[in-house]
Amino acid sequence: MMAFLEIGLGHYLTLAAVVFTIGVFGIFLNRKNVIIILMSIELLLLAVNINLVAFSAYLHDLVGQIFALFVLTVAAGEAAIGLAIIVVYFRNRGTIEVEDINLMKG
Amino acid sequence: MILQGLTFYLFAAIAVAAAAMVVSARNPVHSVLFLILTFFTTAGLFVLIGAEFLAMILVVVYVGAVAVLFMFVVMMLDINFVELREGFLQYMPVGVLVGIILLVELLMVLGTATMTPEVMAAGTEPIPDLAQRQNTAALGDVIYTKYIYLFQTAGMILLIAMIGAIVLTLRQRPGVRKQDITRQLARRREDAVELKKVQPGQGI
Repeated sequence: MMAFLEIGLGHYLTLAAVVFTIGVFGIFLNRKNVIIILMSIELLLLAVNINLVAFSAYLHDLVGQIFALFVLTVAAGEAAIGLAIIVVYFRNRGTIEVEDINLMKG
Repeated sequence: MILQGLTFYLFAAIAVAAAAMVVSARNPVHSVLFLILTFFTTAGLFVLIGAEFLAMILVVVYVGAVAVLFMFVVMMLDINFVELREGFLQYMPVGVLVGIILLVELLMVLGTATMTPEVMAAGTEPIPDLAQRQNTAALGDVIYTKYIYLFQTAGMILLIAMIGAIVLTLRQRPGVRKQDITRQLARRREDAVELKKVQPGQGI
């Protein structure tokens, strides 16, 4: 019982693995709704951040947390650009169905 | 120690459940709200593990900015979400299959991986004792000295993202009346008013 409550690196890595899997699953599940796909990508990046912070804490190394900070920065930028593209696309086409986004297909 | 363990399990369970609801909720607004819940519980886990600054950044940046941005876009666009959910069940089997394979692979890696002493000792920036230096201060010590170029690059990335988002969404709509201050200021009396001498009984 005590060993069960002893939180180690493995616990955090398992949590990150589960969240990452849910993110990938979300991309497959919501193939039409690009907003949910973006949210799934945020989940993936969050899982990566959990991994980085867990390793940082258990290896007593700050670099992991710094790297997580940079991942967060990129995630914020990606969300902003992605949502801007969605808004522009919706303005032009009146839909955001991913399967309709094939104008550049030769 | 017991409290810590129980807190971890509680927060982890909430985070996983909320993440599952993000991808499976019918209404995208609910998805965004569950995303916020996921971020909050993850921030709690970060506090638990001793990364306070990242936890607060997660709340400020993700919940305060990114999730609100998502909320704005979801509510601004007039989208028929029922239509977008067509094929939800059709993609379910392959999604479940890929998800299970991925999870099993990740857990297999976790189960077999071991930390060698060389890896344990390879850290370059040891975390100082919390009693002497706070997490935020310790991060600042490192990020503003050794990682200053990366930090500047991160700022540049955010700037470019901001400019890109503005350039993408800005549009000039023709035929819309709006205030043009330079034109207003450049307008002179001679351009606007013309005095005419009107003769009695003639009109202009």
